Parts: sequence; C-alpha cells; structure tokens
Amino acid sequence: MWQRLFTLIRKEMQALLRSPQSRRLLIAPVLLQLLLFPFAATLEVKNSTLAVFNQDGGAASIELVQRLAATQAFPHVLMLHSQQAMQQVIDRQQALLAISLPQDLSRKLAAGQSVAAQAIIDGRRSNSAQIAYGYALQVIQQFAAEHSHQAPAARLVVQNLYNPNLEYRWFVLPSLVAIITTIGCLMVTALSLAREREEGTFEQLLVSPLTPGYIMAGKALPGMLVALVQGCIIAAAAVWVYQVPFSGTLGLLILSMLCYGLSLVGFGLLISALSSNQQQAFLGSFAFMSPAVILSGYMAPVENMPLPLRMVSAVDPLSHFIIIVKGIFLKGYGLAEAWPQLWPLLAIAASTLALAYLMFLRRSH
Amino acid sequence: MSLSLRRLVALCRKESYQIVRDPSSILIAFVLPVLLLFIYGYGINLDANRVRLGIVQQDGGVEASRLVQTLQASPYIAASLSSSEAAMRQQLQLGSVRGVVILRSDFSAKVRQGQGAAAIQLLTDGAEPNTANFVASYVQGVFQLWQAQRQSGQAEPAGLTLEARYWFNPTTVSRNYLVPGSISVIMTIIGALLTSLVVAREWERGTMEALLSTPVTRAELLLSKIIPYYLLGMAAMSMCVLVATLVMGVPLRGSLWVLFLVTSLFLGSALGLGLLLSTTTRNQFIAAQFALTAAFLPAIMLSGFVFEIRSMPLAVQAVTYLIPARYFVSALQTLFQAGEIWPVLLINLLFLLLSAAFWLGLTAWRTPRRLDGN
Amino acid sequence: MNPSMTASTDAIAIRLQAVSHTFAGRPALCELSADIRRGVITGLVGPDGAGKTTLLRLMAGLLKASAGSIRVEGLDPVMAGDALRLQLGYMPQKFGLYEDLSVLENLTLYADLRGVTGAAREESFQRLLAFTDLARFTERLAGKLSGGMKQKLGLACTLLGSPRILLLDEPCVGVDPISRRELWRMVSSLADGGMAVLWSTSYLDEAELCGEVLLMHEGRLQYSGSPQALMDSMQGRSLLLQDIAGNRRQVLQRALRSPAVIDGALQGHAVRLVLREAGVLPDLASLQAGPDARLQQVKPRLEDAFIDLLGGGPGGDSPLTEHMPPARLPEGVDADAVIVAEQLTRRFGDFVATDHVDFRIRRGEIFGLLGPNGAGKSTTFKMMCGLLPVSSGAARVMGLDLQQSASQARQQIGYMAQKFALYGNLSVAQNLEFFSGIYGLSGARQRAAVADMVRVFALHPFLSMNAGELPLGFKQRLALACALMHQPPLLFLDEPTSGVDPVSRREFWSHINGLVDKGVTVMVTTHFMDEAEYCDRIGLVYRGRMIAAGTPDALKAMVVSAELPDPSMEDAFIALVERDDRQREAT
Repeated sequence: MWQRLFTLIRKEMQALLRSPQSRRLLIAPVLLQLLLFPFAATLEVKNSTLAVFNQDGGAASIELVQRLAATQAFPHVLMLHSQQAMQQVIDRQQALLAISLPQDLSRKLAAGQSVAAQAIIDGRRSNSAQIAYGYALQVIQQFAAEHSHQAPAARLVVQNLYNPNLEYRWFVLPSLVAIITTIGCLMVTALSLAREREEGTFEQLLVSPLTPGYIMAGKALPGMLVALVQGCIIAAAAVWVYQVPFSGTLGLLILSMLCYGLSLVGFGLLISALSSNQQQAFLGSFAFMSPAVILSGYMAPVENMPLPLRMVSAVDPLSHFIIIVKGIFLKGYGLAEAWPQLWPLLAIAASTLALAYLMFLRRSH
Repeated sequence: MSLSLRRLVALCRKESYQIVRDPSSILIAFVLPVLLLFIYGYGINLDANRVRLGIVQQDGGVEASRLVQTLQASPYIAASLSSSEAAMRQQLQLGSVRGVVILRSDFSAKVRQGQGAAAIQLLTDGAEPNTANFVASYVQGVFQLWQAQRQSGQAEPAGLTLEARYWFNPTTVSRNYLVPGSISVIMTIIGALLTSLVVAREWERGTMEALLSTPVTRAELLLSKIIPYYLLGMAAMSMCVLVATLVMGVPLRGSLWVLFLVTSLFLGSALGLGLLLSTTTRNQFIAAQFALTAAFLPAIMLSGFVFEIRSMPLAVQAVTYLIPARYFVSALQTLFQAGEIWPVLLINLLFLLLSAAFWLGLTAWRTPRRLDGN
Repeated sequence: MNPSMTASTDAIAIRLQAVSHTFAGRPALCELSADIRRGVITGLVGPDGAGKTTLLRLMAGLLKASAGSIRVEGLDPVMAGDALRLQLGYMPQKFGLYEDLSVLENLTLYADLRGVTGAAREESFQRLLAFTDLARFTERLAGKLSGGMKQKLGLACTLLGSPRILLLDEPCVGVDPISRRELWRMVSSLADGGMAVLWSTSYLDEAELCGEVLLMHEGRLQYSGSPQALMDSMQGRSLLLQDIAGNRRQVLQRALRSPAVIDGALQGHAVRLVLREAGVLPDLASLQAGPDARLQQVKPRLEDAFIDLLGGGPGGDSPLTEHMPPARLPEGVDADAVIVAEQLTRRFGDFVATDHVDFRIRRGEIFGLLGPNGAGKSTTFKMMCGLLPVSSGAARVMGLDLQQSASQARQQIGYMAQKFALYGNLSVAQNLEFFSGIYGLSGARQRAAVADMVRVFALHPFLSMNAGELPLGFKQRLALACALMHQPPLLFLDEPTSGVDPVSRREFWSHINGLVDKGVTVMVTTHFMDEAEYCDRIGLVYRGRMIAAGTPDALKAMVVSAELPDPSMEDAFIALVERDDRQREAT
C-alpha cells in the first residue's frame, strides 16, 4: 500500500507544481514576506523624533539633550519654545515623545537637589511611545547617576541571554518560520479537498480501493511537505541571510516541523470536511488562521493575556510551535526542552485528525 | 457608460441574497470581526503588566533581603524565589520566567563596603526582546528605589527624574489603540478578501456569460459588486464601533461623520483591489491567495497598527506609503483617541481618496464587457 | 424593387460572411458564411470542438470575431451591442442561473435586467411559468432543481423581454428525453411565432427535427440547408439487419469490417448499418448472423449523413479487446448474480429517492438504468457502487456491499463518472499514472498498462497537455482509460457519453462491446436512447421505483399501439413514464 500512498502524494505535488502560476503562489509570497517582515515586524523604536522644550539652557541641560539625541531611537530632535508647541507636535504625530526640561534643572542638579523633567507621551501609539519613554528614561537615569554626589551602593548588570544585543530580527525570523508555513500548509490541505469535491474527482477516489485513511493521508502528507519546505527555506534564510544564530539541531527542527505540520493538517482537513466548496474552505481557513496568529504569542506574550484567551492559546498549535522554533534557534533546545511543547502539538494533531476522520466518514457517504 | 437604476437595483438585490445565504460570508462579515476585536483588544497586551521574574538569593544578609522585598513589592513583578541558579536558568530557558535576578553570597558585604563594588546581576530572556526591555526597565526602577531608600530613607529618589504624562490614553491601555487599528484589518478582510472571490465565482459558475448577454452595462456590473459589499462593510464597521465603545470601553472622541467618510474611502480602495484581483484572475483560489498577500498581510504588518512605521528601514517605509491601510490606521487611531486633529486627518483623507480612485479606476478599466476581456 | 426579394432578406435574422476566429493563434472558426432565418429552428450541429460555442458567442457579442462580418438583425454584435442585447436571448451551456437564488428571484433578476416591468412582467411571468411548468416551484432554490427544470428555468430567463433571436448552447446536455421533448415543443412554438432560433447540439436526433441545420466540423461549415435534403441523399444506404441468431455484438463488429459498410450500431436485437454506396451490400454469410438474418432498408437518419460527411464511422474493432484479458471473477461469485439489488431503498428524510428496487446482472451483461432527471436513477447507481449508504435492502456487488467491503472488492470495479472526473490541472500522462497507481500498479506493470492505454486510445499527441484542456471526446477516452487501467471485471458508467459527439460515442461503445465479449459486466446510466439500445437489459426508474425492466425490444413491445406501431426507444420511455403517471393518479 506504500506505493498507493506515494501515488496520492505525487499527484498532489504535481498539481501544486505543474502550472507556473501555482508554483509562484507557493514561493513568491514566502519570499516577499521574508524580504519585508523581518524589517517591518519590529517593536523596536528607531528613527523616531523627540521633541524637547528646554526651558533651562544651562550646560547640564544641553549635555542631556545631546545625550538623548545620540541614541538610535531619536536621531531627530525637534527643539521647541513653548508648552503649546509641545502639545501641537504630539497632536500632529510629529513626535512620539516630548520632554520638557524645567528652568532650574542645571542649578538644582549641581546643588544635589531633586528635580523633575516632564515627558508627554502619545497615547495613541502607547506601545512605541512607552518604549521610547523607556529609552529616554535610561539615558536620563544614567545621566543623573553620573551627576550624583553619592556613590552608588551597587551596580545593576544586565545580561541578555540568548540574544545579547536584543536584536529584534532574531525574534522575528524564527517566528516567521512558524507563521508563514501556516498559511501555505493550511491552504494546500483545506482547499485541495474542497476542490476535489467540486470537480467530482472525490467520488472517483471513493470508489477506488483506497480507504478513507489513505485518502486523508494523501491529503495530509503534501500539506506537511509544503510546510516543511517553506519552513526550511525561511530557516535557511534566517541563518544565512539574516545571520540569526542556530543553536539547536536540524533534526529536532525538522521533527517539530513535522509535528506542527501534522496538527495544522488536522485543522485543514477539519475545515475542508466542514465546507462544501472552495470559498467556504478558504474563508474557514482564514477564520482559523488570523486568531491563531494573534494568539500565538508572536504579537504579544501569551502570559499577558487574560485566562480565557490563554486557554484558547493552549490549543493553538502555532503558539507551541513558535516557542519550539525560538528555542531551537536561540536557546539551544534539545528534545527534553522541546517536549513540553511537542506533546501538546501531537495531542492537538491527534484530536483534530480523529475528528476530521469522523467527519470525513460521515461526509463521504 | 449608461446606467439604469432598475438593473442596478436588481443586480444589487441578487448580490445581497447571495451574501445572506452563504454562511461563510456571514461568518467573515459579522462573526470574525467581533472575534478579532476581542482577541486584539484583550489578547494583545504589549505593556507586560506583570513580568515573571526569578530571584536567586544566595546571600541572606539584610541588604539582599531588603532588595528582594522591594522587588516582591513591585506591582510590575511577579517574583519567584530560589537558591539554585541552575534551576532558575532552566526556567528562563523554558520561558517560565522572563528574567532572573541573581544576588551572590557576598552581596550584602560588598554593599556595606561601598565603592559600588556590589553587583546585581539581571539575566533577561533575549528571545523575547520586547519583554526583555520591560524586565530590564522594571528591575532598574526597583533598583533605583531600593538605592534611594537606602541612602536617605525616603521614598522619592533624589537627583533627576522623568515624569511621564500620557496623552489621549492616560492609563496606557493597549486596547485603546489596538482596537481602532484592528478595525482596519477587519475592513480589509471584508473589502478585499471577500470581494476577491465574488467576480471569480461568477466566471467559474458561468453566470457571468449570461449576465454579459443581457443589456447590463460595465458601470452597472461594477457598481452592483461595490454597493452591496460597501454596505456590508459599513454594517460591520457600525457593529465594530458599537462593540468597541460600548462593550470594550474604547473611547471615540472624533465625530461619526468623519469616521464614516474615512471608512468609505478606505473601503473604496479595498473593494477596488479585491474586485480587480477577482476580475483579472477569474479564479477564486488564485484571487484569494493574492488578496491574502497583497491586502491582508500588509494591513497587519505594514500599516503601523502594531509595528511602528518609523522604525522600519527606509525601503520598507517607502512600501508602506502604497498601502491604504496605513492611512486608515493613522486616521482611526487619531479619531478614536484624540478626536478631529485636522492636520493629521486631512493628509490621510487625501491619500485614501487617491488610493480609492486609483484602485476603483483600475478595476473599472479592467472590467470586461466581453468574454475576451474588453 | 422586387417585393419578394424584400421579403426574403427580411426573413433573414442573422447573416454571417466569411467569419473567422482564432484563440491565441489557434483557429476556431474558418471563413464561415451562412444565413439564419426567422420562424424555424436552425440546428447548429457538430462534434465537440467544432466551434459551435464560439460561433454563438460571436453572435451574442460576447467575443469579437477576428475577421469577417456578422449582422444580427442588421446590427454588428460588438459595435451595436447595447441595441442588439435588447433583442437577443442567449442561454449559455450551464444555463446562467444563480443556484443560491430561488426560481422567482432568478426570473425577477433577469426581468429587471432585460427591462420587463410592471404589468408586462406579471404577464410574462405567468406565461413563462405556465409554459415551463415551473409555477409550483417558484420558491425553490435554482440549485435544488433537477437538470430538466434548470434547463427550463434557464430558457424562461432567456425568453424574458421577448427577444427576436434566441441562441441556445447545447440546452439538452444531461437532460432526460421527456424534458428534451418539452423543451423542443416550447422552442418550436416560439419559432412558429416568428422567432429566429439557433440551437446548438451534438445530438443528431435533435437536429433532425430542425427546419435547417448548419453542420460544422473543425471550425468549418460542412453543410447548410434542410436536414431532410441531407437525409434524402442517403436514400437506400441505411439498412437494418434483423432476426440475428448468436452474438449481435460480434455481428456488428464483423459488419463494420466489411468495406461496404461505413457505420453501424446496435438497435435492440437488430443491427443498423450504413452502406458506403447504395445497393452494394456486405456479404451476409460473412457476418455469421444466423440462417434467418435478413437485411431490410430503413429510413436514413441525419446521423448517417453526418457520419458519411465525416468520411465514415470509427470501425468496430476495439484495440482494447486485444489488450484486455478475459475478465475473471473472484472464486465463489455467482456468474448469474454479479451485481444484485434487493429491495434497495434510500430515504432522504421523508423523501424516498429509491423505493424497493430489485435487479440482478449476469456476467458479461450490459445493464442500463434509465429514467427522468430526479427519478432516483443516480441514487440507485451510487448505492450500487458504494458511494451512498443504503437505507434498507441490499446492494451487492460480487456478493459484497461495496461500502462496507475491504478495498479488495473495489479493486474489481472500474468507475467512470458523469463529468469525466479527471484532474484537470494534471497532464494526461499524470492522470494515467495516478489512476494506475491508486489501483496498485507499479513499476514495469504500471508502465506497460499506461503505454497500452495510450496506444489503444491514441492519446500520444496529448500526453503533456492538461486533462482539463482536452476536447470533450478525448476527455471521455481518457476517463475510460483511467477506469480500465487495472482491468476490472466490472464497469460502472454514469452517463458516460454526456455531451459527446456521435463519432466519439460510436467509438466508446465499440470499446464497451469489446469488453463485454471478454466477460466484463457493465452497469450504465444514460439519457440517450441510442445508447440504451446497446444494453442487454434496461431498468426504467421513475419516482424511485423500477417501473419497467427488460430488453430494449421488450420495453418497446410494451407500448406498441395503434398510433405507435413501431415505437422507438424514446417513445417507449415516454409512454411508460406517462402510463405510470396515469396509474398513480388512478389510485
């Protein structure tokens, strides 16, 4: 029976790869996303504009402004001359952050008195603005410490493990391995079965000696193969083009890709079993995919979510897979470390596949 | 192009029946938006309210204990204590804590010696750079507090401080800006994704051929696709606004008519793009894939909705200017949280208008009156 | 000016002058000139790929001709499209209906599009609903209608606004004889009212009834004029070989080998032959048709003339026969009951689609299931091949229920679906490899099987072409090849020749005849009565029940009456269905 399975898979691959158009559809979006997203999907703040209303003009205040301007976050500094102007630049989104330095800043600092500067933050983009505020705060604290009269009692030594310079790309690329493959794999599985049903070839398969298990496997394996190939392309680009370190083993990466593919294929088959045409299959996969990406922990950490959403996230295969891929790339995960995420993937795969199989039996009759 | 109201109404009615009778279009237009609003509103919390921090306390001295107490008292930190550094490092590797503070056995002694020889070591999980930044700044804050309390016994640290005032969103709830942004994603889904299927479906099922043999004009064909989906988009928009303001408590400070205008212009571009893909490919599968890549993903990634456009490289920034969602997101965030700030709105309205004219014009030009594409 | 001249030009609704059309460099129509008159049905006849649809689309202004001139009501269909569309009704092949709209909603849509409003709309809805007998179903979704009802609704939508010209593209594909006859009656009453009707078809029995025909082949016009004139030219060349003793299939095969015969087909127990030349008969002795066999002249058909125009039929020898080994049934299977239905019943909710149907099929027999659309024929067929579960009763193939049985049982059957379910985006070679592969052929055996099929069905020039782009006739060949690759002793055919032209159909049946002689058992559903004639036995299904069963001749004999002394298969079909209706009303 291996040969029949091989025949099914070969047919699926031929259908995917035969026309130049469908070949392009498999590869072009991956390359495009690979080119754009690592640069776009970043929560860092760079190249932002800082507005400063310096009411002091003393040497210390000027030095402080220069230090702020020297950071990567604020190459542009907008010097303002009134409180009103501060309001305006924030309103018009000309600056993310506006800092007002009080008149007596230099004097009080020299005298060792406490003094407060004010920051106005654009709450419309509170995340970026907060991050920008964090950068500014660091500069100011550093500056204050240097101008302090008392010796510090201790030093805080921050060491970023796994990603010493907090390169955002190191975080994005492993996540993209997971996200981009999701689209390809789900589309291939969910839509191809719906198409066979529309074109009547599905009945042709049902009267053949193939059992439903084989037909499903014939749909599942090509989807997994697509996930694997796309995933490997992105992983290779991550390592060789974007220079992300790879600290785990290739074998484990491939193993977990297969487990992830299996769980995706389960969802794909379930969707296609529930839909009666390609349009429904497409919209159904889409309705699955977008929450899956948002709840995966890629856009925001899962631990920040309220409990109900954390529970949903637990059955989202993407959230487990992202942890594994990041672990393999950056944290040197071996099988032992990956296992707490691998078994949920397998459990998800087992239950969705079983459910899809039952639906399939019911629908095929 | 001549236009007959009767024919237009007939075609629009037909389209509406098809929308209403297809469960998948109802799913996409009404169920998914609410789902997405809630997920974006509550699922994405970028502020990292309470980070899980591990503390390895190898020193039982007073100084170390005071620091540990200060850490535990911080509202931003959920601390767990352990004396084994290896165990904590493993927790960090598995992601159960996002940072580890290590106080070595000689910490208290070195603090008493002065000269800043004592070191507080903080390990962060660099695999989550955003969280790592938060961890570092929270611990930094606690460290400053601890130092100030030690020195003078007072709560306020001396020296220079920076007081933050958040405008528009004083409590810095990410929901308040993520929910308006996610509306742009939802409108993209309805405008571009759903419509990418509708013309292609008519070609695939052979109904386009029958339509073309009737006195229908190009303008009627086009409008009969635009109007129902525009209304559907507007209905979904109204629902989103209601859910966002009434249920989720997101403020809406701008006026409804500006919101209506901005949404209409954005839907113009989205519908234009979706219909163009559908008309040129005549194949549902391919059109939908293109719509996913050309409309949906950019609306999430390149619109400035989650990711800051100014932080992107110049080449990528240049690309974002081509994406209508960029202008829509900016206008929505301003309208919801700040109100009518015309300098921001006008620019966005202008670009949305240009983009709608471009995509709809291109679609009108590519809409065929014959089977051979002219 | 001569008044009669004016009258004759006025009678011409469509004038084609040297029309040519090419698609991406491939010629589809070549220098076509013809006139289409008002008041008659003009048949547009030709095999698949002859250019019929292209020509209709050119006239409807849906395509722009590459060269030549087309005048419809004196207007250029492209330049004066807006004016013309008000006068023109065009029904495309899939009827152009919105399946998710109800009958009334479809009608309303097209009424609005064609500018039929107010009282005129009420009047035409009533007239058309009565005309098409759809008044009871106005609320039903078009997708839930049977094929025949869809066809009528499509016609009704096309007729809104009383067009002066009606273009129908293969309106009868997949539609049963009763609906076909009704449609014909409706359209001819329209033509009698002065409408110009162009009816495209690949069925020549339909074309025979047209006032005029345009016979097309490979984009060229072969004949234009009255079908009668063409049939008359065949006078004396059509014969019926009757009272055959022995195997009539082999008699047909031998007859087709004779140089005197250009075409032949089974007709019940008799064999119908077309001679190359009138009076030059084949040697009766060499046909080995038995001592009582005799040749009788019969009325020529348009199909005879058509095949003659194309230079003769495909011959009776199927290269498949040489390739296929004798069909062997597994041990222990009763050769008299290879396929058995016992009190077979299928319910969908309250609706009984198949109602206690019984039949048994012997080894080497062709059993045909006939019946109007929606009568339960497909349901019965699907239960037999295990695609649909049985509500009660039993469907057994070689003693097994295919739905329950292991895949070994399904290995024994070949299945060919209605729409030639091939993978349209795979090449011909890839389709062959796939279907041989899932039936367990591999390595050298697989290569040999594929090569044999390519040779037998002459698929070599198309091997790398996408199956979806093949001409229909070749799609059918490919579908048959895919169904036969594993040499099954049983064959299930679901409307295997739907929409296919006569020559391809002949060829198809010569293959099936060859297979049957090797002992293959065939179960077939069909809407085409000349196909029913090939069956050894027929079961006529109506309203879920088997209302008649027997040989084609037996069914015909059941309806012999004073008005119908020599009924055709179609007559028998219609009469039996009507008789059942009467009996039902009586009880």
